[in-house]
Amino acid sequence: MFRRQGDRYVADLALDEVRVLRKVASEVVGLLTDGFDHSDPVVGRLFPEVYPDDSASTAEFRRYTEGDLKTAKIDQAGAILAALPDSSGEAGGEVRLDAEAAEAWLRALNDARLAMGVRLEIKDGTDLGEELDDAVAEDPTSSRVFQLSVYAYLGYLQESLLNALID
Amino acid sequence: MGGMAAPQVAPVETPDTDEVPVSDRPWVTIVWDDPVNLMTYVTWVFQKLFGYSREKAEQLMLDVHHKGRAVVSSGARERMEHDASQLHAYGLWATVDRS
Repeated sequence: MFRRQGDRYVADLALDEVRVLRKVASEVVGLLTDGFDHSDPVVGRLFPEVYPDDSASTAEFRRYTEGDLKTAKIDQAGAILAALPDSSGEAGGEVRLDAEAAEAWLRALNDARLAMGVRLEIKDGTDLGEELDDAVAEDPTSSRVFQLSVYAYLGYLQESLLNALID
Repeated sequence: MGGMAAPQVAPVETPDTDEVPVSDRPWVTIVWDDPVNLMTYVTWVFQKLFGYSREKAEQLMLDVHHKGRAVVSSGARERMEHDASQLHAYGLWATVDRS
């Protein structure tokens, strides 16, 4: 979890954490490049209709803003990839962020959580612990167990970075 | 809503509000509740983007959370579209509408 050290935000990550973060950040980049499709509910959530009752105005807005927004989201996911320690070895390592990179991480972690939240069908009032217990009871090796664990982890990581930034 | 004293209308304050006729600022940016964004994160985004005090940002966040939506800024349409686009960059679910 993140802590403040002078004007830097620092976390010691285990190898599993480095790998998971690399995977989710890469998936966000993939979603915004190769797989970009407005009919995908994840894309719909990351690029909301700015005029829900006016598709022409929404299309106009997108024409002017979507390119920049997409670039910003790719860049912030890239900030995660750029700051991660090498994960080819046996151990994790340290992440050390300046204020600008820390804010990019916050936005990128949020994008990743939004994307996973849509796929996992997280609703208002969803109890993550209960969801995880149910998923484990059904099949502890399932992808849903893994995805829910990653989703919970990203939330903790985002909150710890935010707290370090606000302190 | 959990004992919080919330105003009936989401507060919208800009320094020059009194001098601008209502007809010249007929647009608003609305942020909608969603189940993923952390409450502390939403508060932080409001402070960051709009320069709101911690108290005001927190109250807006609670309005979003409890009422499902809150008006976070008002003004010319282009400004609201800019605000919405910024909010989208932070992952908040923002729309633009007439006030």
